[in-house]
Formats: sequence, C-alpha cells, structure tokens
Amino acid sequence: MNSKLKTKNSKLSRSPVAIEREKWLRFYRQMLKIRLFEEQVNQLYLGAKMPGLAHLYIGEEAIAVGVCEALRGDDYITSTHRGHGHCLAKGAAVERMFAELLGKAPGYCRGKGGSMHIADQETGNLGANAIVAGSAGIATGAAMSAKMRGSNQIAVCFFGEGALGQGLLYEVMNMASLWKLPTLFVCENNQYNEYTHYQETTAGDLKARPEAFGIETVSIDGQDVGVVYTTALRLVGQIRQGKGPAFLICDTYRFHGHHVGDINRTYYRSKHEEEEWKSKRDPLVLLVARLKAQKLANDKALAKIEEELRREIEAGVEFALNAPYPDAAEVDQHVYA
Amino acid sequence: MKAPTQKTPQVTSAGREITFGQAINEALAEEMRRDPTVFIIGEDVAEAGTPFKVLSGLVEEFGRGRVIDSPISEAGIAGLGVGAAMTGMRPVVDIMFGDFVTLTMDQMVNQAAKIHYMSGGKLKVPMVLRTTLGATRRSAAQHSQSLHAWLSHVPGLKVVVPSTPYDAKGLLKTAIRDDNPVVFFEDKMMYQLKGPVPESEYTIPFGVADIKRAGTDITIVATSSMVQVALRAAEVLSESGISAEVIDVRSTVPLDKQTIIESANKTGRAIVVDEGYERYGVTAEIASVIAEGAFYYLDAPVKRMGAMDVPVPFSPVLEDQTVPTPELNDWCFRLARQVPSLRGGTPGADRQIDAPDVVVQAYQRYSVSGLYCIDLERRLQRKVTDNDTLGGRRWDLKLLA
Ligand SMILES: Cc1ncc(C[n+]2csc(CCOP(=O)(O)OP(=O)(O)O)c2C)c(N)n1
Repeated sequence: MNSKLKTKNSKLSRSPVAIEREKWLRFYRQMLKIRLFEEQVNQLYLGAKMPGLAHLYIGEEAIAVGVCEALRGDDYITSTHRGHGHCLAKGAAVERMFAELLGKAPGYCRGKGGSMHIADQETGNLGANAIVAGSAGIATGAAMSAKMRGSNQIAVCFFGEGALGQGLLYEVMNMASLWKLPTLFVCENNQYNEYTHYQETTAGDLKARPEAFGIETVSIDGQDVGVVYTTALRLVGQIRQGKGPAFLICDTYRFHGHHVGDINRTYYRSKHEEEEWKSKRDPLVLLVARLKAQKLANDKALAKIEEELRREIEAGVEFALNAPYPDAAEVDQHVYA
Repeated sequence: MKAPTQKTPQVTSAGREITFGQAINEALAEEMRRDPTVFIIGEDVAEAGTPFKVLSGLVEEFGRGRVIDSPISEAGIAGLGVGAAMTGMRPVVDIMFGDFVTLTMDQMVNQAAKIHYMSGGKLKVPMVLRTTLGATRRSAAQHSQSLHAWLSHVPGLKVVVPSTPYDAKGLLKTAIRDDNPVVFFEDKMMYQLKGPVPESEYTIPFGVADIKRAGTDITIVATSSMVQVALRAAEVLSESGISAEVIDVRSTVPLDKQTIIESANKTGRAIVVDEGYERYGVTAEIASVIAEGAFYYLDAPVKRMGAMDVPVPFSPVLEDQTVPTPELNDWCFRLARQVPSLRGGTPGADRQIDAPDVVVQAYQRYSVSGLYCIDLERRLQRKVTDNDTLGGRRWDLKLLA
C-alpha cells in the first residue's frame, strides 16, 4: 500500500479570530479527556473486561472538540463507529459512557447499544452508527426538521473518508444543498478505510465532490484545534443564517489500530508513518506547545487539569465496573415506542 | 423444484482437518485456478484478507486484478457483480457483515434475481455474494443479524447456509459454478471450527440436506450456526436415552423438503432451529413444510426456534437470550415427554428427566467460541473457562485449533 504522508508544516497557525484563554483551556480539557478515556477503553479491552471491540479516536481529538466547541448545546450531531470522541466533545458523561461500553444498566443506552451506538438526547447526540455513512441521512433529516420547526439548530454529520464510497451521502448532500438545510458535513480523513489507504478507494479530488453540489467546502489540518474551531465557527455561523450546508474536510490520523484488536498493522501502514504522525502531529502535543508558547497555561495549570481528568476517568471506570447489568427482562423492551 | 436424488458424497479420506475459514479459502483458490473468469471483489479483501482473515494469501497468488479491494460501496460492488456476471465473468462479491446486504438489496432483489426470468431465459447472472451471519460476538444491532431469510424470500436467488468446513468447501465450489445468483452465508463464529476435509476435489449439490446425526425420537432441523448447537443438544439428549436426528438443510433455496419430511414422519416430533429472526423466518417455512408433509405422523406441534424478535442487543446478559441456543434442550425434553405417541410406543412419555439442570449444563458446553476464545486467551494469557462470558456463543474447545 502506497500511503503518501504529507507532513504539513506544524508551525503554529494564526487564528483569524481571537480565542479566549478560557476557550483554549477548555480545548485542552476536552481533548485530554477523550485521550485518557480512550486509553482506558484499550485497557478494558486488553483486560478482557469489555465485551466486543472498540474503535479508538486517539489522534483525532482536535476535530470533535474544535467542531463541538463551535456548536450550541441544542445543536445535533451524528457520529460513527469511531464515536467516543464525538460523544464526549458534545458533553456526554464519562461514567455513563463507560457503563455503556461494558453493557451495564446505567449506560447511555442501558447496555443495548455498546461502543458503536451511543446516543444521548440531552446533548443533541443522535447516535453513533456502525453502518458507514449510515448517519448521513439522519443528520440531514435532523437539519430539515430544524428548518421546518424554525428552531435555528444545525446538525453536524461526522464521518470518516470511507463514507465517501456510499451513495447515500451524495443523495443527501444534493438535497441539503437544494433545500439549504442547516447541515455541516465533517469528513475526518484519517487516511485509511479500515485497512486500505483512501487513495486506493477514492477517485479524483475529494473536495470537488461536495463542491459539485454547490456546497462550500473547506479542507484543513485536523490536528490543529485552533484551526478546526475557527473554521467550524465560521461555517456554523453561515449555516445558521440559512445559507445552506457546508463541508469540512479535516486531515488527521488514527494513532491506534482500526479497532482495539488491530495490532499488527505493518501490512497496510508502516511503523515509520505512524511514528511521524505521533511525534510531529499529535493534536494534544501541538496544543500544549501553543498554550505554553503563548503563555496561556503553565505546567502546573496543565498538570492540575490532567489530575482532575484522571480522577474523573478512574471514577468512571470504577462506576461502570461496579454497575449492575440490565435486568434480563429488558431484552424485549424498547423494540417499539 | 424437483426432489433431489443425489445424496451427499461422504468424507472418505480420513486424516486432514482444516478450519471453516480455510475451507472457504481453498474453495475460492481452487475455483480461481480452474476458471480464469472467477474474481473476488470487496472491502479489504486483498492484503487484509478480510477482517476475518478468511481470504489470506489469495491476493498473493492471483494478484490485485482478481482480488480487488473496493471502496465501501456495497450497492456498487453488488451492481458490478451483476453486470460482470451477465457478460462472461464469475464474480464473488464479498459483503463483510450480513447486516450490510441491506445495502445491496436493489441489486440483488430487483436486478440479479430477476434478470434471467425477465429476459425470457436469455441472460444469466452467475455471481456469488458471500456474506456472514450470527450473533454473540458482542457487536450489537448492526453487526450481528442473520438475514438469510430475506434473500430466501426472493425467487431467482439461491441461498446457502453451510455448517461445517466440509460442507462449506463443497457448497462454495458449487455456488461458483452455478449459473444463478447465489448468496452464501458464513457463520462468523464458525471460522475457527475445525473439521475433516479431504484433499481431493469434490463438490456438494444444492438442495440436498445432510443427516448430521441419525436418530429415532425427535427431529432437529437446523441451519448454519445452529447445526453445531443441535448436535450438542443431541448428545446431551442421548445421555438421557432420547435419540435425536439432526438434519442440516445446507441450502434454504433450494430446500430439500423430502429429507425433512421423511425424518419427521419417522420421529413424529420436530424442532426447527435457525439464527434468523423467528418471525416470518426460515423456521416458519420449514415448519410449514413439516406440517404439510408429515401432518398425520406428528405427535406434537412443530416447534420453531429462531432468534428473538428484537434488534440484537450489545450487553452479554441481553444478547445471550436472543439466540435460540439455551432453550433448545429444554424444548427437546419437553417435546420428547409431551403427548404419548399415537403410533403405539410412548417415546419419552414415561421418562423422568430433570430437564433444567441438563439445559444449563448443555448450554455451558456449547459455550466456547472460535474467534473470541483465541482472542481472549491472547489477552488474558490463560485458558478460557466457562465463566468467561465476554466471548459469546462458544463451541466445544476440543474443536478448536
Ligand atoms: C456499510 C458498511 N460497510 C462496511 C463496514 C465495515 N467497516 C467498518 S469501519 C470501516 C472503515 C471505515 O473507514 P472510515 O469511514 O474512513 O472511518 P475510520 O474507521 O477510518 O474512522 C468499514 C469498512 C460498515 N461498518 N458499514
């Protein structure tokens, strides 16, 4: 597999809008929360405490956080099989996430959904989805509903570049553009569809696809949370004004395997490539560098945040491990509303 | 469909055992060597050899021109398969999870299934769509379904549901040589199951059920993932003196009605077990075949056991309830005791059997899975025991590598 790694200039980009110090710290807290959460998920898998598999978001944190920080609390998101980051960024609670991952009763879906199906109505999360591009219709439909109801909400559809293979995406992009539906399509291009480089499955210019529908399309570095945030803020603003959908392409990389069990990866991507991304384009490392360079936070302040998060994560795992399984009788509840 | 005449070629050359996954791999390799028009297309089928590693090595032998990695475009690759099949090729389309056949439905149902008929017999669609079925991998509602009944409903498609490495190999070779669209379902949990497969070339015809175990008291008709479960159940029953006959239909279309009816006539009691949803499912079809064909010989109503009519839940405590497995023995015992025979004897009627205990014991015994067991052992660095519930439906450990 001939993956071409374009190592971008990792120089700190200048943000077009001034971001407050508090916001920068918020980015840090949210991104680190996702990182620590996912590390724990991996541990739960390795210790055979978590049923099934999980797809880790480590390496891609800046996208979920940068986009969700530009949203209103009542805006909608839809997510993917690699969804923990989106859920947390939109405000999900760590303990209920862990409980869901372990199939326990206090989980977000009472243990019925698991890793790939976490939904949380209170935070506008319409659900992760285990069908690639499966949520494209749902997000666009939610946007249509928001428009019909005049609620001024928008809907964000997160998906991996693999979803570009699915026809559904093109059908709904067409309608979103035709009817100016308030949808933000966020394509997280982590370079691989499972075990195949996206250049082997995706013809032509990726950007040209949404543009063909007249959708404003922006391609950015998904490892720089400042860039993701300011770009998302601008697009969300114009979408909310009724100018129609937008499409955001974020270049990124998943640092772990396709899922937790994907350990031997050299047949589809080199160790060298992984190291390049991890050492030069880790979104958290880049953020910390910026925080320090711009004197937004010192080591002590960052350590304090980390300490708090570690306690939160630890408590969450503890909570989930001790939580009861759902009652057996729940198996045939909720088939119909 | 005419009643089949040819019976199963028996496994003769004792010795070699390979896994279900290897059997699939061998069938594909042999057919690709034999016929240059055969090719494979699907997601991550080349170097990755699919997430289940079933196709490992094929791209090395046949190259990327015949083992083609596709975009994540199920509708598209099914459509390409139909068109290529109509024009001289024999595509084998790989749909990773059976749940994703829903994305291919127009191509399979409105196109592939109907083209031969609509063209007055002029065009034909010799393609195979390989996909998977089976729950208990803790993969939740969109990666666990067994949707073979959907395809079985549509005239023009053939549907194959093998249960052993031997059958898988022989049936897949037949599928590739068949001039019709064939949908081939593989149980994900069975890929590591080992069984005897001769070195020499063989094929198995469609529409010929296989009597996996002969018996006299009760007939268990099973498909795919449930055949091994039925065999274990039969073993447990035999310890209590009940003789169960296990029939593996092997293909739901064409269906070998004759073998099923003959067995039901003989035993007078039948259970049909299949992992698809019970409602409007494969069990319903087969139960009606028995009801129509063996009515005057039945001592008890035919019992159907399919997956619970709920989306497959994630939590192990919920998911395990949805597969027919744990209840099977219970029902065998109940039926065996029910209704004194109208035909003189009273099989089972006078037996004092404490069924529930045996049920629990039997279920634990089925509980040792291929894929997950190996994976769990790697993670835990110890042998898996019956207490490790994370792994899901499991076969007898002895069957594993
Ligand atoms: C319709 C469909 N086809 C195939 C799959 C199996 N599958 C799961 S994830 C995946 C790759 C997805 O790649 P991408 O969309 O880029 O997301 P990433 O995993 O890289 O985050 C595939 C093929 C699926 N879940 N749904």
